[in-house]
Amino acid sequence: MDSADVQRAVWRMAHEIIEANSGTESVVLVGLQTGGLPVSEAVADALTSITGHETEVGSLDVAFYRDDIGLRPVLPEAVTHIPWNLDGRTVVLCDDVLFTGRTIRAALNALSDYGRPRAVQLLVMVDRGHRELPIRPDYVGKNLPTRRDEVVDVHADGVDLGEMLR
Amino acid sequence: MKHLLGIEDLGGAEGIDEVMRLTDSFVEVSGRNIPRVPALRGKTVAWLFYEDSTRTRLSFETAAKRLTADTMNFSVSSSSVKKGESLRDTARTIEAMGIDAIVVRHASAGAPHRISRWVDAAVINAGDGWHQHPTQALLDTYSLRQRWGSLDGRHIAIVGDIKHSRVARSDVWAFTAMGAEVTLVAPPTLLPPSLEGWPVKVSHDLDAVLPTVDAIYLLRMQRERMTEALLPSLREYTACFGLTARRVDALRDDALVLHPGPMNRGVEIAAEVADLPRSLILDQVRNGVAVRMAVLYLLLGAGSDLVAAPAPEPLEGTPRG
Repeated sequence: MDSADVQRAVWRMAHEIIEANSGTESVVLVGLQTGGLPVSEAVADALTSITGHETEVGSLDVAFYRDDIGLRPVLPEAVTHIPWNLDGRTVVLCDDVLFTGRTIRAALNALSDYGRPRAVQLLVMVDRGHRELPIRPDYVGKNLPTRRDEVVDVHADGVDLGEMLR
Repeated sequence: MKHLLGIEDLGGAEGIDEVMRLTDSFVEVSGRNIPRVPALRGKTVAWLFYEDSTRTRLSFETAAKRLTADTMNFSVSSSSVKKGESLRDTARTIEAMGIDAIVVRHASAGAPHRISRWVDAAVINAGDGWHQHPTQALLDTYSLRQRWGSLDGRHIAIVGDIKHSRVARSDVWAFTAMGAEVTLVAPPTLLPPSLEGWPVKVSHDLDAVLPTVDAIYLLRMQRERMTEALLPSLREYTACFGLTARRVDALRDDALVLHPGPMNRGVEIAAEVADLPRSLILDQVRNGVAVRMAVLYLLLGAGSDLVAAPAPEPLEGTPRG
């Protein structure tokens, strides 16, 4: 995927969000630190220019909710920023790459500490497969079949697939 | 880092900065509807307090509970210590119950250090004699950093009974490690016999120091030490070294006031001064919980097992997902 492909995927997913939720009145976007943040901002910009009113964007760091603490160092990369009560809102979680699903599991736990959203939906730029939990995205930029040991890198200029450095 | 016995265990500015960054995250956690994260689920923290304490123990207890750790209180006054059990036996008994961390306060300097050599659990010093009180220094540093962004180049005066103060001993190292300049202000009888190697200036004249400081840190006047005849009277101490309303006027407009608590209003700090907007005293208490969450998390959570455990087979390809 090059940057134009990523842009097109962003706009398509923005339209899908509006269609699925009949507008964006109750929708808030929450980007997962740190890779999901640029994704959530890009989608929010697209939503704002389509609907004409500002879309709210927050961020979430799930370090304290991970189940692999002890397997590797887990330090929060940034402070969570969710300044609203989520009761009754529709939260669209945004991340760059969906892999095992464990980050999303942790994010769902974290969200419940902020209130009781009416619904939580999942948006990812790349779904690379290899799920270890029953988690499925609602909006996908691109399905990218990978091997387990490959690395997917999403950035402003597009998406790269590479070998894992050992 | 396995234990936190003194501020130097953090390895200088870099380590302190890491605690500060982590504390930012826990300040956010503390502001949530449900201020609790499962980061230390299944871990147990025990308090071993040989000295009275309300705020430090409550603060640690709140911190541990917000991390979903289990807590056990070992209150010395109602325990086998009364029957003559040694420190070593007590510590090893507690550990044998499967404790992951022991928070120790003791009247003797070095007690937490000894315990850390007897047990495998992480040991956190919550004040030992006149030696150190590292989490207090971390929360002081955090409270100042919250207002200033950085301590670099700031001038902080620590005023009062330096000799008997573990808070001062930890704060001096924390503040100077973060780039601040520290002046100790006290009568000669309340200074340690030797200040060799301390990166500080010393003054006996509070009024001369006041206009030059960015923050003034008042230590508690420990009335119980008055038996040692180090001071003619408390009134004289207040007259020379208390932060009275008149002295506040000599401070710069943006200078901050700190105190580790509990305060003797009317002795080291005038009653009305403690409630001024420039006073960080309640910020210190508030930040104390978040700082102690960060310390517990560093010692028991994230990557603390990593050193001991062999690397697990294939780590995930990306840091996320």
